Amino acid sequence: MSMFSYLKSLSLLELLKGLRVTGEHLFKPKFTVQYPDEKTPLSSRFRGHHALRRYSNGEERCIACKLCEAVCPALAITIEAEPREDGSRRTILYDIDMYKCIFCGFCEEACPVDAIVETRRFEYHGENRGDLIMSKEKLLAIGDELESQIAVDRAKEAQYR
Amino acid sequence: MVKITINGNTYEAQAGQMLIDVADAAGIEIPRFCYHKKLSVSANCRMCLVDVEKAPKPLPACATPVMDGMVVQTRSEKAQQAQKAVMEFLLINHPLDCPICDQGGECELQDVAMGYGQDSSRFKELKRIVPDKNLGPLISTEMTRCIHCTRCVRFGTEVAGIREMGATGRGENTRIGTYIERAVESELSGNMIDVCPVGALTSKAFRFHGRAWEMQQYPSIAPHDGLGSNIYMHVRRNKVLRVVPRENEAINEVWLSDRDRFSYEALESSERLLHPMIKRNGKWQETNWETALNYAIEGLKNIIATYNADAMGALASPAATLEELYLLQKLVRGLDCSNIDHRLHQIDFSDQNDAPLYPYLGQRIEELEKSDAVLLIGTNLRKEQPLLNHRLRKAALKNTGMINEEISANIMLINPVDYEFNLPIAEKIIAAPSKIVSELASVAKALISLTGKNISDEITDLLADVSTNSIHEAMAKLLNEGEYKTILVGRLASTHPEFSKIRALAAWIGKITEAKLGYLAEAGNSVGASLTGVLPHQGIAGHKVENEGKNAFEMLTKEHALKAYLLLGIEAEIDSYAGSNALSVLEEAKFVVCLNSYKTKQMQQYANVILPISLYPETSGTYVNCEGVWQTSHGVIPPPENVRPAWKVLRILGNLFDLDEFNYDSSQEIQDDIHKKTVNVSLPNNLQDWKMPESINIAISNEGSRELEKIIEMPMYAIDSMVRRATSLQNTQDITQAASLYVSSRQLKDINITSSDGTSLDTQMPIMGDERVPDGCILYYAAQKDGFFSIWNESFKFCSSSYHVE
Repeated sequence: MSMFSYLKSLSLLELLKGLRVTGEHLFKPKFTVQYPDEKTPLSSRFRGHHALRRYSNGEERCIACKLCEAVCPALAITIEAEPREDGSRRTILYDIDMYKCIFCGFCEEACPVDAIVETRRFEYHGENRGDLIMSKEKLLAIGDELESQIAVDRAKEAQYR
Repeated sequence: MVKITINGNTYEAQAGQMLIDVADAAGIEIPRFCYHKKLSVSANCRMCLVDVEKAPKPLPACATPVMDGMVVQTRSEKAQQAQKAVMEFLLINHPLDCPICDQGGECELQDVAMGYGQDSSRFKELKRIVPDKNLGPLISTEMTRCIHCTRCVRFGTEVAGIREMGATGRGENTRIGTYIERAVESELSGNMIDVCPVGALTSKAFRFHGRAWEMQQYPSIAPHDGLGSNIYMHVRRNKVLRVVPRENEAINEVWLSDRDRFSYEALESSERLLHPMIKRNGKWQETNWETALNYAIEGLKNIIATYNADAMGALASPAATLEELYLLQKLVRGLDCSNIDHRLHQIDFSDQNDAPLYPYLGQRIEELEKSDAVLLIGTNLRKEQPLLNHRLRKAALKNTGMINEEISANIMLINPVDYEFNLPIAEKIIAAPSKIVSELASVAKALISLTGKNISDEITDLLADVSTNSIHEAMAKLLNEGEYKTILVGRLASTHPEFSKIRALAAWIGKITEAKLGYLAEAGNSVGASLTGVLPHQGIAGHKVENEGKNAFEMLTKEHALKAYLLLGIEAEIDSYAGSNALSVLEEAKFVVCLNSYKTKQMQQYANVILPISLYPETSGTYVNCEGVWQTSHGVIPPPENVRPAWKVLRILGNLFDLDEFNYDSSQEIQDDIHKKTVNVSLPNNLQDWKMPESINIAISNEGSRELEKIIEMPMYAIDSMVRRATSLQNTQDITQAASLYVSSRQLKDINITSSDGTSLDTQMPIMGDERVPDGCILYYAAQKDGFFSIWNESFKFCSSSYHVE
């Protein structure tokens, strides 16, 4: 090691250089979002938890065409259908296995009646095994809860679809 | 032979062949809707337009006969333009409801629109709306989707033989439907679902249950008639969702009877037995296999030890697989017992030792089409074997095209009931069952005088008192003239009290006229059961046994009642001629082991052990059809819960009895074993020398008699346990009409049915007048589902009841 570099390291110049960067950032504006107190803005195309929608008269949209089940690359959707009492085509079972789901959004794209949608909801958890296998009832409940936001988002994206 | 050019390649074709057939054979795709290879050409959809050189306009390939030197383009600009235009027209009124349409994913309109249509619609006006029709319990309709290809209409007239569907109105106002509101009642109606290219006619049982792309398709064999129709089972998540025909020109062509198509519904029946059950101290309990099997073995061993092996008997369903039947007879014979039978409806067994090895059709199924003259004896062929009837229909109407007035085969009948046939009948004799033999003898006598052949004195003496009339003579003439002649003996003959006389006479007539004699095997494996020796008098491949056992009828009558019974796949009280007698015999038996897929109240009254066995889609097995062809199917779904294939159960029973050679590991091994033992069996000769009957009862006019002769018919949707539980089939007209008793309409008002002690009989069943029933007879339907059971019990009293003519 040369004398020069020996003296340089003794002078702690590198350390001071580093401290300067730290010092600069101390006074710059911060990017950190204080989750969960603060949240990042979400796109209207955000692909979060699924929901099943209803028409404004309360009738469920899903017609059991099973296109979402067919298109799902993760095989997360399971549907059983039967004629309902009034003769219309309805599901008797609509399960999404959230453990398998990869949130690709194909189900939403395949749906001819905008029944299955991905919402802005991304915070959810399960406490027991199987809690994240979402049944038709749960999905419809989420749809009912978030319908106002879902409707706004779909309207905004309609021009691109 | 002519040479034509399609898309630049030269092909050879038969003169007069249609262009579309040549293209199909060459693998050139031409879109089509109304064309169907088994139906006549109507050329009304115009989808198959192709560009033919020198023709001013595109021509429909389905209706253009090829000519020498023809040059055809299927994808030229002119052809494509025509196809696009036709597609656009067809889609004008077709709703865009593919997501809720059951045909979605397997729809010809979808496919063709994808391949030949445009990507966007120019049609902005309102689409036409057509109200749906109610076509009965099997077919659901969505008539807005109809594109008027008229395949269903042509199917109805040409194949089903009943003009049930038709087109009314013109242009946009064309409507397909039944002229007046009524159900489609053909026994082949399910095929309309297959021929419909769109989702206008779909299966009611399958409605909304699945999608074409999510099902696996497995080949199988349908066991509900002697034909052994080839089928595909469509399965999703271990559940059979529907059954469709598998093309086999030699057997079922492209068709399937409703019975084979809809019987799968019984797989999910609530009566399904899912765990072995035993009766301890008069109480039924579900248990495991080990306990149940040991209980069964102990019970049977006890009987054998207390009495002897001949105190035991086995009855098997002729719809069981070859392997199951073979193991059953091996088990029973291994225990030194000969009481085993599958001929549950037969009464007359007197000639069983001379009978052919199995109920052979006498010819290939396809050969029936060649017939010039056919004599049907005692059969409601349309309901018994719908697709054999279709072959005869084809023979009778010369070709499968539009109904041809020219009749080529003369179909003749001798039947106890004037059943409705969908083919022209040349001559018919409707006679009470007691007169059937003498009527047949009259035909024989007419033949003697017609042919003038030398015949033995025995026959002359036999027929001495028999008189003939013009109908007998006409029949004899037709039978004698034809080139290819067939005599078919059906179910009402084989369950006749004088069956042996009928078949002796039929064989004799067959010999004299050089006709083929055929038996219509009742169930999917009647032939297999006889072949493997599920018979009291012979073992596998017809080996004679030393001590002849009791036949099915004897086993279920009081005088010959046994101490223990082993029942394979049957509900003895409804599946046998003995009926309610069987019930009391079984109730008195000391030990009854049932191997069945279902449990019934009656079964729980008489059985001690019920072992759950799988139904045909759940087990591998072989069926031998009426022409002696072996067809093996593999299980397509696993049996539910604790249910096991019957061959496994029988194999373990064999092991538990310490019998030799019972260590089969697969049904294939059993099949190989059977094959080895039957390899030398040739097709039976139905026309062998028969012992002629000793006498023929010339039916005395029964005006003086006060007894009603009974005719027992099996409704077509009640022939086995599975069909009886297929809900859609149970809602058809065939079953609802079976809930009545029928007498001749002329005698209806004079009839006052009383039981033997003179008291008026409350049958709970309406008695109806029916022109089909001859005088002095009463027609009733056997083998009905649970609700009708009590009636079946009562109806037995009719044998001693009487009618008063005032």
